[in-house]
Amino acid sequence: MLNPNLKLNPKIWNDDVEMLPIRHGFGEGLLKAAETDESIVGICADLTESTKMNLFADKFPKRFVQVGVAEQNLVTVASGMAAMGKFPFVSSYAMFSPGRNWEQIRTTICYNDVPVVVAGSHAGISVGPDGGTHQALEDIALMRVLPNMIVLTPCDAIEARKATLAIAKLRKPAYIRLAREKSPVITTEETPFEIGKAQVLFETDGLAHVGVIACGALVHGAMRAAQKLEKEGIRVKVMNIGTIKPLDVNAIVALAKETKSLVTVEEHQIAGGLGSAVAECLASTVPTPMEFVGMKDKYGESGSPAELVEHFGMGTTAIIEAIRRAVDRKQK
Amino acid sequence: MLTDEKVRELTLQANLIRQSTIEELLLAKSGHSAGPLGMTDIFTYFYFHALRHDPKRPDWAERDRFVLSNGHICPGLYATLAHAGYFPLEELKTLRKLGSRLQGHPHREWLSCVETSSGPLGSGLSQAAGMALSDKMDYGATATRHIYCFISDGELQEGNSWEGIMFAGKYKLNNLITVIDYNNIQIEGLVSDVMPLEPLADKWKSFNWHVIEVDGHDFRAIDEAVEQAKSISAQPTVIIAHTIPGKGVSYMERNYKWHGNPPNAEQAAQAIAELKEAALKI
Repeated sequence: MLNPNLKLNPKIWNDDVEMLPIRHGFGEGLLKAAETDESIVGICADLTESTKMNLFADKFPKRFVQVGVAEQNLVTVASGMAAMGKFPFVSSYAMFSPGRNWEQIRTTICYNDVPVVVAGSHAGISVGPDGGTHQALEDIALMRVLPNMIVLTPCDAIEARKATLAIAKLRKPAYIRLAREKSPVITTEETPFEIGKAQVLFETDGLAHVGVIACGALVHGAMRAAQKLEKEGIRVKVMNIGTIKPLDVNAIVALAKETKSLVTVEEHQIAGGLGSAVAECLASTVPTPMEFVGMKDKYGESGSPAELVEHFGMGTTAIIEAIRRAVDRKQK
Repeated sequence: MLTDEKVRELTLQANLIRQSTIEELLLAKSGHSAGPLGMTDIFTYFYFHALRHDPKRPDWAERDRFVLSNGHICPGLYATLAHAGYFPLEELKTLRKLGSRLQGHPHREWLSCVETSSGPLGSGLSQAAGMALSDKMDYGATATRHIYCFISDGELQEGNSWEGIMFAGKYKLNNLITVIDYNNIQIEGLVSDVMPLEPLADKWKSFNWHVIEVDGHDFRAIDEAVEQAKSISAQPTVIIAHTIPGKGVSYMERNYKWHGNPPNAEQAAQAIAELKEAALKI
């Protein structure tokens, strides 16, 4: 059942649940943050509309910088502006930023420890027909290994807006992972959000058999899987990880202690992503059997977003199968 | 126009900085020799004449900004900063040692009198352009501060460099003045062999920069170039400084093999002796 304390979208299971791209929340959050913080500037590499930075650029044209198709320049110009007291938000597709400019992000933003927010849109397999070259499945890994970097992975457009506003207050180097495709709105305006805090969105009546830890647009699929299994008497808790770094170790350890078997779900390579982060955390605290739902060391391809999520084993069916395996491993 | 007295003062100062650089590298037992010695005259000109700065207040908000993009020549920058009064000369002995602020390549977080961390090549100019644009946003045409960026010839082989060059041209950043250390050496040989840059001046001109070429060891020419750059109203300026790698040490001059090596004790003694002898003639 939905966690009543989090005031989630009551229409979450309905066919007419609101669908919004996660990137929209970033655009709205940036616009709102910039209204009160004059030091915020927006920098984009020829993808202003797709990354929804156009909302900011239209309202604050003098604080908007267009660098053209030049992602290395995108983040290094941002670093220079940050050194002068500005607070730059830079956006592109995740495949290009941080995909192409990782070293510049490392040296000039993180090593310098200057406040720049890197927004990577079109992350994950759900980019769809653009194909494997444009589907960033490695960006969480790239960003979470960097000291000083905060990594945010909002699960819907509303959480993306809150995450953007929260990082604007924090003024630290950060990466925010966004998706292109519309996805169900899970949270509401009233749902609390805090950087570094995980939330159990789907609760159980009594101790859960399995815990599912998910991020991004697949959180909805994970919740759907839990709801289906609830009817079979398999109790599954679903935790949303809005911040991969710093990871909410206490919440994850508590869930692992309760369920003694976990499944992680992400639109990312299994290597280096959310699942790896959770495994690192648990191996040194409460070693727990885990199943990983994510990309299995492959590249994506063209197709519709829904088709691709199913095809590459990250849909609701695949999540249910992974949960069943997790139950089996526990019984053994 | 610099006075004879000023030129003499700068020449003497540069000689002392070169001696300190040799001593630093000897104790560090690793590091780059030729580049720092080749750029010492220009470092000296900026820190002892051109820059608006205050060694007692490295975080002074109104200071000019100086970005070293080719971080590997930092032994020369560190020696210059120490002689300028940013930290004690004694600290130069810690170069590349565990716990030292004087990292093998500059680390802004530990040594706040450097404006950025650098080492991986090709990204300093973009940062300097970001700084210059930031001032333009805040002050428009009334921006009086200058952003200086030193880059190497070899790092112009990096794509990021040209992204920054294109960007600064687009935004007409006339408050940005870049100096290229054109010493024509890189790790594996001559720049003109490894990956030639010519026609270099034409390249910059075609990216809408104002271009000046100077002898990088002629203080008056450097000063005239910087003064001219400051008078340019709608373009960034690049000063292509023709420098001699290893300048001041006979066996290092123009030898690319000294790009990334330090002198041993015997070589250092010879270098110091040559520099001291030269100092007597200033």
